[in-house]
Amino acid sequence: MAGIGEEIQERLRRWTLELGGPGTRERLEKLTPPRNEYGVDPYGFDVDYLQAAAAPVLWLYRKYFRVKAFGLENVPNEGPVLIVGNHSGQLPFDAAMVEAACLVDKDPPRAVRALVDKWVPTLPFVSTLFARCGQIVGTPENCRRLLAAGEALLVFPEGTRGLNKPFSRRYQLQGFGLGFMRLALENGVPIVPVGVVGAEEQAPAFLDIQPLARLLAFPHFPITLTGLPLPMPVRYRIWFGEPMCFTGSADEEDAVLEGKVARVRDAVAGLLARGIAEREHVFW
Amino acid sequence: MPASVAITGIAGNLGRKLARILHGETHVVGFDRRPLRDRPKDVEHHQLDIRKARVEDVFRRSAIQAIAHLGLKHDPRDDAAEAHSFNVAGTQKLLDIAARHGVKKVVLLSSANVYGPAPGNPNFLPEETPLLGAARLPGYRDLIEVDMYVQSFMWQHPGIETVILRPVNIVGPTVRNAPSNYLRLERPITVLGFDPMVQLIHEEDVCRAIALALRPGVRGVYNVTGPGEIPLSAALRELGREPVPLPHFLVRQVVKRLFDARLSSYPPGEVDYIQYLCAVDGSRFVRDTGWTPRFSIRETLRSVLGNR
Repeated sequence: MAGIGEEIQERLRRWTLELGGPGTRERLEKLTPPRNEYGVDPYGFDVDYLQAAAAPVLWLYRKYFRVKAFGLENVPNEGPVLIVGNHSGQLPFDAAMVEAACLVDKDPPRAVRALVDKWVPTLPFVSTLFARCGQIVGTPENCRRLLAAGEALLVFPEGTRGLNKPFSRRYQLQGFGLGFMRLALENGVPIVPVGVVGAEEQAPAFLDIQPLARLLAFPHFPITLTGLPLPMPVRYRIWFGEPMCFTGSADEEDAVLEGKVARVRDAVAGLLARGIAEREHVFW
Repeated sequence: MPASVAITGIAGNLGRKLARILHGETHVVGFDRRPLRDRPKDVEHHQLDIRKARVEDVFRRSAIQAIAHLGLKHDPRDDAAEAHSFNVAGTQKLLDIAARHGVKKVVLLSSANVYGPAPGNPNFLPEETPLLGAARLPGYRDLIEVDMYVQSFMWQHPGIETVILRPVNIVGPTVRNAPSNYLRLERPITVLGFDPMVQLIHEEDVCRAIALALRPGVRGVYNVTGPGEIPLSAALRELGREPVPLPHFLVRQVVKRLFDARLSSYPPGEVDYIQYLCAVDGSRFVRDTGWTPRFSIRETLRSVLGNR
């Protein structure tokens, strides 16, 4: 599929099952999104492809970041939900790790779709990889449609402001967008806050070269300790909080929504504070 | 079904197919500058440019009740000014005549491509999406202008049931449009690392959709979808093609050179369609008319190979 030979795909799929631990095959078989005779759903999500593509992600999950996930029972087994978390680490490994947690450490598993920036579909290979793994461009139409179909969406309301912030501002939540709250209110969907501890230290950035970013049409151009935005083997701790339900009109003024958004932001900040307090070291 | 239906562009592949579907049920009156081959006996054909005054005389004589407007030119090699006059002025003249001679129904065959592919597109574009298709592909300017003109006609003449159909890429054994020709290439150019979802509809299904829209009671702007969405790569694999992937920063240059050298009929703007999403939500047409395509994805795809 998309350039990966059949044999390599098969090998990756076996690797996924191995890394996932006992019972992974049975659990993954519970994922049954709608699919046509070409194996994809209308958005281009392909479960077989995901199983193959998940292998390197799971290797990162189990061996490199050695992720510990807490509170996965807070993610509902079915029905629409918005998972809202902090974004950090220069490259979005945090999204992949949250999704991997819901895939291999949750029973029954959930295929979580992360909302990605409009920039992603302009990237070769990445655009295809993301689409086959169920990631989706975060337009309001897409979100409405997916929530109406009972899907789980992963949102980072900080966007690239959080992802590419410098090391000095680690664990300081940047401004949250309001869009996710409008979606939650409009569709009556619960919000599960998530705090990702570890990613904030994975690639310390000291500089953001905006002129270069503009030149390359990137959102940011961070310079990290290693020069490249590649992650160090920090240990991830992912804390899922209790679902939050909000009521009210989705069409309120921004000022009214900001109050509700602040409650979600506080919940994420609380999970982060707890995660940092309970960990002994950044790397283990 | 209205008692008599005028079809513009009847000598084209779609027009002929539509005439064949309709002529048993209603009196078909064709307009086209080209002669109509294999004309069924009960089909009336006028070999005329729709901008000519004689068109009105046909309307005076034949009590036409409905128009299926398919006769738009879209060859990128046509003279742009002449095509523009034919498409836009022709449509305006035709609708003007329709309003004056008691036509009850106008169906325009537009296209889902009027929205235009873009990286930030939602996966399924609703009918309200702005028509930005001409931003990078000037060839769509005429179609968009016609589409908008017919929209305003819809409001100006509430007594006439006006329908704009925006079907996804039409493919089939006889059609010769860009998507069909692309799928017929043994070694089609693709954009390295990009694999958008594409939507196709069989030419016969489109004709059935037009026939459905001609029925009394249907009015409005509708996307018309076929049997579903597939990755472009899966479509090419199904047809046994050997794609030639080119990096995105080179592909437009290459396509432009090929077009300028008359080695291919694809202007560089068409690359957007194999790089980004331009898929639509067809649920409104399904809800209002009970539309279901007859051909599966595989049959639709394979139809480009058949009886040429």
